[in-house]
Amino acid sequence: MIPAISYKAKRINFKEKAFKKTLALSAIIVVVILIAIFLTLLINSFPSLKAIGFKFFYQTTWDPVSDRYGALPFLVGTLLTSFLALVISTPFSIAVAIFLGEYYKKGPVAEIFKNIVDLLAGIPSVIYGFWGLFVLVPLVRELEMKLHVPPYGVGIFTSSVILAIMILPFSVTLSRQVISMVPSHLKEAAYSLGATRHEVITKIIIPYTKSGLFAGLLLALGRALGETMAVTMLIGNTHDLPTGIFSPGNTMASVIANEFTEATGRIYTSALIEMGLFLFVVATIINIIGKQIIKRFTLE
Amino acid sequence: MNFKKIILSLLVISVAITFTSCGGNDSSNSKSATDSTATGSSNTQILSAGSTFVYPLFSKMFSAYNQKTGVQVNYQSIGSGGGIKQLQNKIVDFGASDNPLSDDQLAQSPVPIIHIPDCLGAVNITYNLPDNPSLKFTPDVLADIYLGKLTKWNDPRIQSLNPGVKLPDLQISVIHRSDGSGTTFIFSDYLSKVSPDWQSKVGKGQSLNWPVGLGGKGNEGVSGLIKQTPGALGYVELAYAIQNKMPVASLKNKSGNFVAPSLASTSAAANVEMPADMRVSLTNTDAADGYPICSFSYILLYKDLSYNIKSEEKAKAVVDLVKWIIQDGQQYSEALEYAKLPESVVTKSLDILKGVTYNGKALQ
Repeated sequence: MIPAISYKAKRINFKEKAFKKTLALSAIIVVVILIAIFLTLLINSFPSLKAIGFKFFYQTTWDPVSDRYGALPFLVGTLLTSFLALVISTPFSIAVAIFLGEYYKKGPVAEIFKNIVDLLAGIPSVIYGFWGLFVLVPLVRELEMKLHVPPYGVGIFTSSVILAIMILPFSVTLSRQVISMVPSHLKEAAYSLGATRHEVITKIIIPYTKSGLFAGLLLALGRALGETMAVTMLIGNTHDLPTGIFSPGNTMASVIANEFTEATGRIYTSALIEMGLFLFVVATIINIIGKQIIKRFTLE
Repeated sequence: MNFKKIILSLLVISVAITFTSCGGNDSSNSKSATDSTATGSSNTQILSAGSTFVYPLFSKMFSAYNQKTGVQVNYQSIGSGGGIKQLQNKIVDFGASDNPLSDDQLAQSPVPIIHIPDCLGAVNITYNLPDNPSLKFTPDVLADIYLGKLTKWNDPRIQSLNPGVKLPDLQISVIHRSDGSGTTFIFSDYLSKVSPDWQSKVGKGQSLNWPVGLGGKGNEGVSGLIKQTPGALGYVELAYAIQNKMPVASLKNKSGNFVAPSLASTSAAANVEMPADMRVSLTNTDAADGYPICSFSYILLYKDLSYNIKSEEKAKAVVDLVKWIIQDGQQYSEALEYAKLPESVVTKSLDILKGVTYNGKALQ
């Protein structure tokens, strides 16, 4: 009896170990890939780091012909479009999340709306770009003519509106989940004290879920920072520092997508890779700041 | 139990695949190269990459060539820059580029690289005006529009060139390519030749630091912006303009004639004296009836094919293919809106091909 049990135990033990090891290995691979991407970007940007140095971050001229590369206009363009998109989409995403998480949790209406919001995330970005070019651009141009700014139609503002629509589902999905998870005894207690529904939402649900809502917005911001195709089609692709939200500009992701395939010079290629590294770092910093804010909110 | 086993083994396999595929690019490439050469002449596979501009023509040509000879040509349209890089890394048997290699690039190459023109392209000026009249431009007017010095459609300098047309009091919205592109290179090469101001301020290249204007990605991005913007002016490829029936401007060429862009006027532009290595800019040529913004698209080959091709048999197949492209293959050009090579260019290219060797031995 005893040897048989120990044999079986050994087999189980081996399985347990193998399973655990495989899981650990997969987890390690993810980390390794991330570090490898970072190192690849870093190593390949050495030629440009050496040739251009810190001017890369504050110079405003991007001139492949004379090998002068300053990424400031693209950094400004990236941050401007992403944060503007976030500002535009936040009221809508929180409203939709409350609508789906509190008012219509179940039933056909909720299902239809949930699916439509999810569908927004599934549309390829080139289609957003085309829709923007043919529908949104003429509308923005009319708006610009009324505001007496140069009527380009394309530019930072147009890209931000498209981005706002594109990032909406990312924040809605998470926000809806946290809102529907608010303990019902809290809400019932509030109702029993005579609170109206509006009061329950503003005084109970939003304070209770604010770190979750913020995490949703952060996820959306991450998506906006890296979005390439739709932005390229709508931002106007000029290499100048944007002068306002209606002026054309460019983002880091869009410049890389535009110029990398035909970049031939060593420093040129390296400067584009350095921009990729820069984007990587900016995205990481924003992520870390976001995590800190979430932590602080959760601790309170 | 069984289910867990399957998941486990799947995990292990995927991990193994990840690691083996990480094992360096070079070894897998050389392996595939030897594989394709080992398969023999009946189904020779030729690998090539480069210019997106010639891709439609090449895919038509290569399918016809495959039916005729059984030789399979795999062409990856990854862009001219990518084609050059893959040739330098010996990944492909030949590359294709819209621009000739620079002196620097040639000097860096351990084995000489030859240029064989495969077709001709041109860059057209297109615009969005009420009723889209046909317009005429001179080189200095075009350069000044792109330099941001000429900003209104009814400027006397444009109006005097087009006396029969009532030009509106409208801002000229300048549109250019935002992606790195051979089209931009040809266009800026032309502007550099005709305008000293452009030459010193902007220069020529695949991507530029544009003084004015908005950028669109690809021909379709440029034409999309032009259609969207009243008063816009931009440049697109000849084939794209013809297929989409866009209004195009006639340009004054070096001989002083106003020439409308067409397949014939593009071919005509190449009917001039060629340098020995074919590396030539076809913008603003001396041809009297030639359109001034044209360019060859090139096939790039190593002069000694043993440098990047493993067997002599395959090297011969590559040379045969290139010879076919510039002779019989030319019949497919015009249906796809590419301009044919002039006879003089074909003759000269065949001469250059005679110099191609394998391990120092002539191939034909």
